Amino acid sequence: MTELAQTDAGGGSDLLTVDNVTLQYKTPQHLVTATYKVGFTVQESERYVILGPSGCGKSTLLKAVGGFMAPVTGGITIRGRAVSAPGPDRMMVFQEFEQLMPWKTVLQNVEFPMRATKKFGRAESRARAIAMIDRVRLGKFRDVYPHMLSGGMKMRVALARAMALEPSILLMDEPFAALDALTRREMQQELLGLWEQFRFTVLFVTHSIEEAIILGSRILVLSPHPGRVRAELDASRFRFDEVDSPEFSALSKRIHGLLFEGKLEAGSRGA
Amino acid sequence: MTSPVDTQAPQARPEFERDPVDASDIGDVERPLSFSERLTGNDAVRRLAILLVLGLIWELYARWIDNPLILPTLGSTLTTFFHDLMSGVLIDRIATSLRSLMLGYFAGLILAGLLTTVAVSTRIGSDVLSTLTAMFNPVPAIALLPLALIWFGLGAPSLVFVIVHSVLWAVALNTLTGFRSVPETLRMSGRNYGLHGIRYVALILIPAAFPSILAGLKIGWAFAWRTLIAAELVFGVSSRSGGLGWYIFEARSELETDRVFAGLLAVILFGLIVEAVIFRFIERQTVQRWGMQR
Repeated sequence: MTELAQTDAGGGSDLLTVDNVTLQYKTPQHLVTATYKVGFTVQESERYVILGPSGCGKSTLLKAVGGFMAPVTGGITIRGRAVSAPGPDRMMVFQEFEQLMPWKTVLQNVEFPMRATKKFGRAESRARAIAMIDRVRLGKFRDVYPHMLSGGMKMRVALARAMALEPSILLMDEPFAALDALTRREMQQELLGLWEQFRFTVLFVTHSIEEAIILGSRILVLSPHPGRVRAELDASRFRFDEVDSPEFSALSKRIHGLLFEGKLEAGSRGA
Repeated sequence: MTSPVDTQAPQARPEFERDPVDASDIGDVERPLSFSERLTGNDAVRRLAILLVLGLIWELYARWIDNPLILPTLGSTLTTFFHDLMSGVLIDRIATSLRSLMLGYFAGLILAGLLTTVAVSTRIGSDVLSTLTAMFNPVPAIALLPLALIWFGLGAPSLVFVIVHSVLWAVALNTLTGFRSVPETLRMSGRNYGLHGIRYVALILIPAAFPSILAGLKIGWAFAWRTLIAAELVFGVSSRSGGLGWYIFEARSELETDRVFAGLLAVILFGLIVEAVIFRFIERQTVQRWGMQR
């Protein structure tokens, strides 16, 4: 079975390696350790989910992969090259709707990264943008400015924009957390549909256990404050239709246990 | 409170399902607004009505006190205004004012741009700008006029100097505030595409901060226009080719009150045109279209 093959971390298709990474950032009063010696590898075409309670440093980890902050110890490599700065090979999709540029139409927003990075020519960018906007069913809204779109539509534009650039990996920072429950469900389906079609690699951060199981093929569970690896689980066998299955709820319970039973232990060791 | 179950529990009601009621008798779901609705919804129409009322009050009051030396009627003011406009005097005066204004305004903008660029890219630059702005923003430009006269003498350079002073701090302060309030996500997406340096500022920061920048441009414009007229009023006594301020000053010394009013009218009209036509146009094409400002 393919999911068994994926459990083997030493395969040749490693795309992203996060090795022993400790991340710290400064607030005006404190030096906060966000993650401590976290390591994992993401393989080509994997849907890798980082799951943890708020404050476990999962978003900070994603920012580090994005190149927005440097690890204190350890290293991050993508296809063997060390990550040192932000770059269009790792496209971020954020939770906030304001990631779209309000002064550009939907089409211009999707086109912009392709033009700014000079990865594609003018005509090709246009054609790719139009195709990708049609793919996320926003063809009618191509020439509309973002403020006229709903939250879910803005998210679809952000998704289209990121995917049109064909990055090595898509980094998604709780992208659906600000959406209402119905739209979120729709977006999860959308993402899975797009994945079936394009088989891109995605690193997805969430604090929702259900979302992690539905979307992820592999789930990294982090312990709270500072984030440390608690478990790495396989979830590639679950899809939408299995949300009500006993197997699904068993895994959900197991993750719940991993996240919250260790709390006392972590508290005594942390600080 | 003896038996709350009996009194407060909701009564059991049967469930039901039904087809939505027929909504066709409400007419079109989207109905175009009627002519009068659109007329009262139009800013320009409402404002024009206010102006007409004010003009009417002026005319009636001036006729009532009947003393053209104190308050000429709107009619005689307009007559003088159009007379001087047609004879070219007023146009000439406005053109003279405009030359100094444009020079000072754009010099101020360029300086503000330079200062803010340094301020966003280095911490010491931002400290310098904050300190300078805090020091000089409250200083009225007209208070610097004596100094300008000593340094540059009578004439255009002194005017340009005080205008630059009045524009620079307002615009720099607004632009810096605008840059600082650009959402973090937007900055990160910009850097995500590998943008940095001047391309980052031009493609991300400036458009994202445009509402604040535009507000700065408007404030700077109003300050500059105000300062210029005031400075010309001081200058008027000795300078040969004066601007609009001198026109007013000259009319006052000859006790032509209707001409004073005509000069003031020109000041107001010109300010109104720049505000309502030029800035309004920019606003509509940018921040309103982008939904950054309503």
